[in-house]
Amino acid sequence: MDFSFSPEEKEFGVQVRTFLDREVSDEFLSDLEERGEVDFSREFTKKLAQKGWLAIAWPKEYGGGGASIVQQLIFNEEIGYHHAPTGAHRQGIKILGPCLMVHGTEEQKRKYLPPITAAEVVWCQGFSEPNAGSDLASLQCCAIADGDDYVITGQKVWTTNAHRADRCHLLTRTDPEAPKHRGISYFLVEMRSPGITVRPLINMLAAHDFNEVFFDNVRVPKENMLGEKNQGWYVSQTALNFERSGIEEVGMASKTLEELVDYCKETKRNGKLLANDLIVRHKLAEMAVQIEVARMIAYRVAWLQSKGQIPSYEASMSKLVGTELRKRLGDIGMQILGLYGPLETGAKWAPLKGRVLRAYLHALGQTMAMGTSEIMRNIIALRGLELPRA
Amino acid sequence: MNLDFTEEQGMLRTAARDFLTKECPKTLVRQLEEDEKGYSPELWRKMAELGWMGLVIPEEYGGMGMEFMDLIILLEEIGRNILPGPFFSTVVLGSLPILAAGTEEQKAEFLPKVASGDLILTLALTEPSARYDAAGVATKAVAQGDSFVINGTKLFVENAHIADYMICVTRTKKGATPEEGITLFIVDAKSPGIKCEVVPTIALDKLCEVVFENVIVPKKNMLGKLNQGWPIVARTLEQGAVAKCAEMIGGAQAALDMTVSYVKERVQYGRPIGSFQVIQHYCANMWINVDTGRSILYEAAWKVGEGLPAAAEVAVAKGWINEACKFVTERGVQCHGAIGTTRDHDIGLYYRRAKAAELAFGDTDFQREVVAQQIGL
Repeated sequence: MDFSFSPEEKEFGVQVRTFLDREVSDEFLSDLEERGEVDFSREFTKKLAQKGWLAIAWPKEYGGGGASIVQQLIFNEEIGYHHAPTGAHRQGIKILGPCLMVHGTEEQKRKYLPPITAAEVVWCQGFSEPNAGSDLASLQCCAIADGDDYVITGQKVWTTNAHRADRCHLLTRTDPEAPKHRGISYFLVEMRSPGITVRPLINMLAAHDFNEVFFDNVRVPKENMLGEKNQGWYVSQTALNFERSGIEEVGMASKTLEELVDYCKETKRNGKLLANDLIVRHKLAEMAVQIEVARMIAYRVAWLQSKGQIPSYEASMSKLVGTELRKRLGDIGMQILGLYGPLETGAKWAPLKGRVLRAYLHALGQTMAMGTSEIMRNIIALRGLELPRA
Repeated sequence: MNLDFTEEQGMLRTAARDFLTKECPKTLVRQLEEDEKGYSPELWRKMAELGWMGLVIPEEYGGMGMEFMDLIILLEEIGRNILPGPFFSTVVLGSLPILAAGTEEQKAEFLPKVASGDLILTLALTEPSARYDAAGVATKAVAQGDSFVINGTKLFVENAHIADYMICVTRTKKGATPEEGITLFIVDAKSPGIKCEVVPTIALDKLCEVVFENVIVPKKNMLGKLNQGWPIVARTLEQGAVAKCAEMIGGAQAALDMTVSYVKERVQYGRPIGSFQVIQHYCANMWINVDTGRSILYEAAWKVGEGLPAAAEVAVAKGWINEACKFVTERGVQCHGAIGTTRDHDIGLYYRRAKAAELAFGDTDFQREVVAQQIGL
């Protein structure tokens, strides 16, 4: 066993950190916030592409950097640490692209992959529906064959960045008679297609990232189906396993912890430095422990990927640990800031520019997105421990 | 980065698991809990033949010359099966400091006998003050001719009642800091003036009170330098904490496995209780604790094994695994229902040991304070 990075990997980490220190400055993040686009910047995604780091871990044949999974791990941890906006490429790079490589036809790969690596196209994900959340396979949005097309009708919800996206990768029902997992097909849809309506859903941070998306007889050519007809569920599971293996949460939490530590070292309360308060020390130490634990489990997921394995319950574990950690950190951070904690970004007296408050609110959604913590536990129990189904 | 074990390490794990399953059934564990000595000399002999006691002792001293990580693998299996006896105190607390700080003469005298299973060792560090730092060491050693004379009381000393030698941590000088003025001696446990008494504990793991009354130790038995012994202890405590974590993770894995098997079989309301989501989530949470604990254990073990600074990683690992192990064994008992609370059920063996292990080498609060310092607080 060897937990160290090679000299080349360390050097790479320094390059990434230097680049992100410059490109993701406080001013840049504040500017995004003012525009209501905290996690979305086509310009930043473009810069990553120019640097050759956007699709860093994709194989070279698909326009990627061909970097190792370990380099990707280092890269993603830094992206998280810097709170860099990934909304303009996350779906394409982390979910759809890898899925296309596994399940796409040669023509689909040629058509869809290069615009992703060139940062030209933003994708959104049409999975959840009002009555298909955790029970995703019960989705009802239907696609009916008609000549050379399929005609799609139904509603999606929680569609992040649908109002900014160019294309949508979409799950639809193509066989209402089949068992629910076996009647789903996966489509790649242009968002400008006639019949698509996008309506905003405002999250607890007062930001517009989520949407409802309505499909009213939207025509999609048959060749836009990804994978076999009625096999869409299995294609989508590949996508979810890719998405659940992120280390960004660890990077984000590390930065928040560092900021809290610095704050406690220079802030007095009742005449005493917060850093000298035993309860504060132990709360922050507990978070440092959890961050390192989450980091190691994410490393293991990456290690399995680097050996060509597709982690399933391991990725669920990593997702669950990372997102729950950030929720806890948000809570502890707010406790330590005391009455100052709830002061909003930009408010007079707001400590740490209101970032702890934002972490507190932002972390909530992460324990729902791409499978709630409860669904992660189901996967761990059923796939990992092979406990009997009800 | 390489997060896989070698093929040899895989074989070591399998061999250890097979051996312990066969040679150390739970009936023996229970028998040894009540036994005065607390170990089986016959089993000890077989372990020596397998090379276990000399696993990390270099070949020139009769050992196998393997790595710290190999010892971690073995300890995980030892914890999984619960092997009673002085393996931990002899190998981790006894042989590692001699290997690290002993003179050539001391290494040649003690290590081959440890490897062959002919010596039982332990570390006499803690005292009635019940702390693991240097300030807790009050037992005095005073020079007298070619010897030192030791006076004081050590407490919570593992297996002192059967040990041939104890590494005794003493205060030889009042220094500017508590760490200054600490000196270690390899003390013959049969020396006149030593009184030893086993104190019954939650894990029946043979912790002893050892009273030193004018115990004479020859100067040549000093381990390390006069007044400069604390760094040896500090290193041993780091190794000990990680080694204890390995035992704990092995035990937690066993408790999880036992629980998962049980909930698949136990039927209530006409179906296995493992098909109820609440039980599934208990088990998922147990596994998350075991699995995350194992990942963090290996990181700490790797750092310690490589000789890298590991204070943060060790404290993170012990701090996490303390809580993980208690959680897993407590949920394990809960999933078993009332039967799990009986003295006769095996799950309780793990539950009792989880608490004892948490307190050894620093409880969670102790570790969090170390971590707090490491993150700059």
